[in-house]
Amino acid sequence: MTDQHSPTDHRGEFSPAPAVEVTAVSKVFNVGKTDRVDALVDVDLIVKPGEFVSLIGPSGCGKSTLLRLIADLLQPTQGLIRVNGKIAKEARIDQDYGMAFQQSGLFEWRTVSRNIELPLELKCWDKAKRRQRSAEMLDLVKLSDFAEHMPWQLSGGMQQRVAIARALAAHPKLLLMDEPFGALDEMTREHMQAELLRICEETGTTVIFVTHSIPEAVYLADRVVVMSPRPGRITKIVDVALGDHRDDATRLGTSFFDSVREVREALRQIEAAALDEQYGVSDAPAASAPRGIEDR
Amino acid sequence: MTAAVVTSPKPTTTGVAPSAGARSRRIVSMVLPPVIFGVVVVALWELWVVAADVQPYVIPKPSKIWSALVNDFSLVRAASMVTAGNAFVGLVLGAILGFLIAVATNRFKIVDEVVNPLAVTVAAIPAVVVVGVLNNMYALDSQIPRRIMVTIAVFFVVFVQVAKGLRQNDATQMELMRSYAASPRQVLLKVRLPNTLPFFFTGVRTAAPLALIIALVSEYFGGTQDGLGSKITSALNGSNKALGFAYVVGGAVAGLVLFVGAGILEYVCVPWRRRRESK
Repeated sequence: MTDQHSPTDHRGEFSPAPAVEVTAVSKVFNVGKTDRVDALVDVDLIVKPGEFVSLIGPSGCGKSTLLRLIADLLQPTQGLIRVNGKIAKEARIDQDYGMAFQQSGLFEWRTVSRNIELPLELKCWDKAKRRQRSAEMLDLVKLSDFAEHMPWQLSGGMQQRVAIARALAAHPKLLLMDEPFGALDEMTREHMQAELLRICEETGTTVIFVTHSIPEAVYLADRVVVMSPRPGRITKIVDVALGDHRDDATRLGTSFFDSVREVREALRQIEAAALDEQYGVSDAPAASAPRGIEDR
Repeated sequence: MTAAVVTSPKPTTTGVAPSAGARSRRIVSMVLPPVIFGVVVVALWELWVVAADVQPYVIPKPSKIWSALVNDFSLVRAASMVTAGNAFVGLVLGAILGFLIAVATNRFKIVDEVVNPLAVTVAAIPAVVVVGVLNNMYALDSQIPRRIMVTIAVFFVVFVQVAKGLRQNDATQMELMRSYAASPRQVLLKVRLPNTLPFFFTGVRTAAPLALIIALVSEYFGGTQDGLGSKITSALNGSNKALGFAYVVGGAVAGLVLFVGAGILEYVCVPWRRRRESK
């Protein structure tokens, strides 16, 4: 596992505090019971400030669990997680990260603007400052005309943009996203991916992005972390050399397809190993992607 | 793809007030069917009494009930006000109690185990017993025993609904609040309570007609004889069936007023549900 980190480590860009530092982390659910699940085993991951990392893998590989451990929504059974150089819990209390889920989780009784203000309200910001920040955030996600709308008046894509604006309202350095575009149609989804890259570029935010779409993972990320299930672990980290500026043309380029192929092959190896274990067959059906992975 | 596809709002009429014509047409289409139904039922009743020559001491004609209502309107109104007043006081107190105790049960886990069985037990005590005991405790002309009875009945309905609402929380919203390091009090005020309001009002709307029935029935067990319950009994036992039914109409109207009042309060307090329910 250590040699997988070497490409990044060899760049020699050691910053004093990584954005996220996951060291020898394991997570076991239902310890001591018959339905014990090893969700994650011995996971190491370092994410540099400003980096965009996608987590991909079949369902049950622990990618969402890893994200929740980093967010301190779950506690590791073993190992240590640091965010911005702080223990994960401290980072959560300081609102060092923002979070967005597949469901926008907007509060239906609050206007768009007041939804974005909520994390600031909890931090006891005064009203004028909150208003000003939410206007800034709406500007960032290009929804300034919808400040006083109610969530149900917006389309799914717009709701997701409000959720991103809310996640970034306190200007966190880190954004944690759990399949945020999973419920959107393909066209909206591609548009949202481009918007997310623009927002990250403007704000310099570090992102950890859980997805089950290979093209999405590759298009967005500097590195794609491929994970395998039962027990959940990192099997490969694919460096995506698409550069900092990506647009619709990027999706048609050879290096895009090269990276997609590399991720797909890593995922197929996982599937082949799983079948091998189950049936003792080493020939996996090569034509299909692993279950739970979108091969579009 | 163009940005316009995503940024343009859904073509929706809900954000804009519909034209006056469309609105009045909608109201007519909402009100007309029940009105027609009511008129047909009353007409059939009248026809049946006349055609089958049903004796007035069995069931009076709607036209007789109507004239009794008009002639003795002040009597019916006075009795209705007494019973509806008891129902109203009990409804308000019961709703407040049910809400507060449900919130307290949710907030402090210990209270949960004590209050739940207690609430069920209280709700299961027969009204006869409670009113009987209370009547002995208060002055003969007191309305308080009836109000307490209504309060208990309403409390249980609202308590059950609010407790249910407090338990049903959106997983994403809860994870978000945790990611913001929100305190339990903040979660309660900013998420749980707003999420619970629709449940609370469902409880109040359900309890509104119940409050009137309980207020009316409570009068059967003694105390002053100025409410609908006593008046209906004495009128029906006497020869004046039409007046008895006129009192029943008064009770129905009072129940309807309480129910509609609760609905209006919900409309005002839970604006974000308006669109969903009118859909």
